[in-house]
Amino acid sequence: MSESSSRAARLLRHPLLWPVLALVVLLLVNVVVNPNFLNVRMQDGHLYGNVIDIMRNSAPVMLVALGMTLVIATRGIDLSVGAIAAIAAAVACTRIIGAGDEAALTTAVMAMTYAVVVCVALGAWNGFLVSVLGIQPIIATLILMVAGRGISMAITDGQITTVNNPFFSDLASGFVLTLPLAFLIAIAVLAFTAVLTRRTALGMLIESVGINPEASRLAGVRSRTIIWTVYAFSGFCAGLAGLVIAANTNSVNANSLGLWIELDAILAVVIGGTSLAGGRFSLMGTFIGALFIATLARTIPNIGIPSDLNYLFKAVVVIAVCLVQSPKARASLRVRRTGPPTSGPAPTPAPAPAPAKAGISS
Amino acid sequence: MSTATVNPGSASTWDRVRSFTPPPRYYPILATLALFIGLFGLGGMRYEGFSDPQVLLSLLIDNAFLIVLGVGMTFVILTGGIDLSVGSVVALSTMIAAKTLQMGWSPYASITAVLLTGTVLGLLMGLLIHYFDIQPFIATLAGLFLARGLTYLISVESISISDDTFTQLAFKTVYIGEYYIRWTAIIALATVAIAAFVLARTRFGRTVYAIGGSESSAMLMGLRVAFTKVGVYVISGFCAALAGLLFSLYILSGNSLHAIGMELDAIAAVVIGGTLLTGGRGYVVGSLLGVMVLGIIKTLISFDGTLSSYWIRIITGLLLLAFVVVQRFATRRRS
Repeated sequence: MSESSSRAARLLRHPLLWPVLALVVLLLVNVVVNPNFLNVRMQDGHLYGNVIDIMRNSAPVMLVALGMTLVIATRGIDLSVGAIAAIAAAVACTRIIGAGDEAALTTAVMAMTYAVVVCVALGAWNGFLVSVLGIQPIIATLILMVAGRGISMAITDGQITTVNNPFFSDLASGFVLTLPLAFLIAIAVLAFTAVLTRRTALGMLIESVGINPEASRLAGVRSRTIIWTVYAFSGFCAGLAGLVIAANTNSVNANSLGLWIELDAILAVVIGGTSLAGGRFSLMGTFIGALFIATLARTIPNIGIPSDLNYLFKAVVVIAVCLVQSPKARASLRVRRTGPPTSGPAPTPAPAPAPAKAGISS
Repeated sequence: MSTATVNPGSASTWDRVRSFTPPPRYYPILATLALFIGLFGLGGMRYEGFSDPQVLLSLLIDNAFLIVLGVGMTFVILTGGIDLSVGSVVALSTMIAAKTLQMGWSPYASITAVLLTGTVLGLLMGLLIHYFDIQPFIATLAGLFLARGLTYLISVESISISDDTFTQLAFKTVYIGEYYIRWTAIIALATVAIAAFVLARTRFGRTVYAIGGSESSAMLMGLRVAFTKVGVYVISGFCAALAGLLFSLYILSGNSLHAIGMELDAIAAVVIGGTLLTGGRGYVVGSLLGVMVLGIIKTLISFDGTLSSYWIRIITGLLLLAFVVVQRFATRRRS
């Protein structure tokens, strides 16, 4: 009896409980509206259905969010991922068009490799600004966010470039072992990242850098190298995501490709329970967060609301998640305790937050 | 050579001019001003008709909405925050104005509705940020989604504005000699003047700087941190709505796709104007100059004709980089 209750208590405290519950509730809403929502059928040798679509559509956000998770764990943020995705797509598409045999497998592989290398370099540039020059992450990555779309348009010469390569379009619409290839790529990156961070000390080192970069440096952690690496990794993930998005339409529109994907990715990370203050991260949480966003996008037309209203629901989700995570909002729900005695003759309105603020801002 | 022989006891006027150094706090603004003059001179040398004063006035007219956005953003950034929602609020404002006018509201009621909506959105974000300790970045991200979603909720289609008062206001010109300026530019300049006064001369303005310097110190000094911190987001929301009105006068339509990414332009203008992104240091006049620099780059590219429009973004990014790196080294040396 007591053992089962303690197990229940542990389950209630599990960090993934809320994201999973939210995803389940969203799926339930869909099933209530459309009882056939979860149906999956076999056709032409692979699976079809809403669930499969959700998996496929979640891949770009999931990829970007995986990179973003590690960046946020070091107390950083990467705003440039949308622009990097657009650059990746532009590079790959122009390479494919410029190649001798446009439809060959080697053309696709070469173009994608080239694009990913460019993106890793761009990510490393962000890492350089943050770790070596010590610029705040939000500003350092803002530079590439502003310039990136211009660069992407310069690569495609301002045109919407359309490519015709079956192997490239397989990246988005292909199936392997009855599952969408894009989703499998995202899962592979997730597994790779999980093994690398959780089976080695790397994850702990990333978290220690997020908690206190200076202290971890003094403790012998090469915080500079780690920060550099996570931004390069984020660039890598953003590049892959850009390729998947471009492959989905077989074209690249530098203005709109990956627009606001950075915001979706941050949302996925936050839903997954990773703290924006850095210091801890959950890759599984990000996985569920990305699935949640893709499911939300699917739910809205399913329950008969125009899909343009997606933004309204995202706003509600952002606010709800932040309030759930905010210690202050939680505290105001509980019985108010008396604050610690404050130094100085601060006037009465809310002197208690002062020490807490000092702790956060320093 | 002659200056070296001047007797130090009797400093001439020239000597005082020569040895004059502006206070270091004005260096960033002066750098932006020098950049602006340099760009203007470059344009004047290379292209015929560029040095016409009307080009400068047109810069003000074409960027009136961005100037107002920059003013609001300056307040927020001075406290060390950021407001990502302004672009969406501009879109929402154009949409509310267009829709209410289409429904037959009087233009004044429509203007009031727009300004109220922006202010209330700003207030809500400020409350979230201050009272629930949500990072400004995330709270205004929610505002971005909310405003864009509301815009789509009102109408997915573009609505044009054909109200007489609006069109008259949009095209009414004020002549200064043989040059003209529009009312939108005058409103923008007035906003800058009011904001500069508020920041420099009022208790609210000084508290904004104090919070940007150190929020906990401001709290311990007994300043009204809560009021001011929420206040800057209210101001930013109001400015975004006002910018939205100016933008709808400029473009005479409401569209949910208006002003995508405009928050980036506003942030870039503020940074190029010398405001420190960590807060506590900067001037609204700098932001005005920042907008003018961005605007003159646009004009240069359109005068040139051979450069494509995407170079604007790349050059903006490079300028941003240069200013951020210089800021970084300047502040590092001081601390």
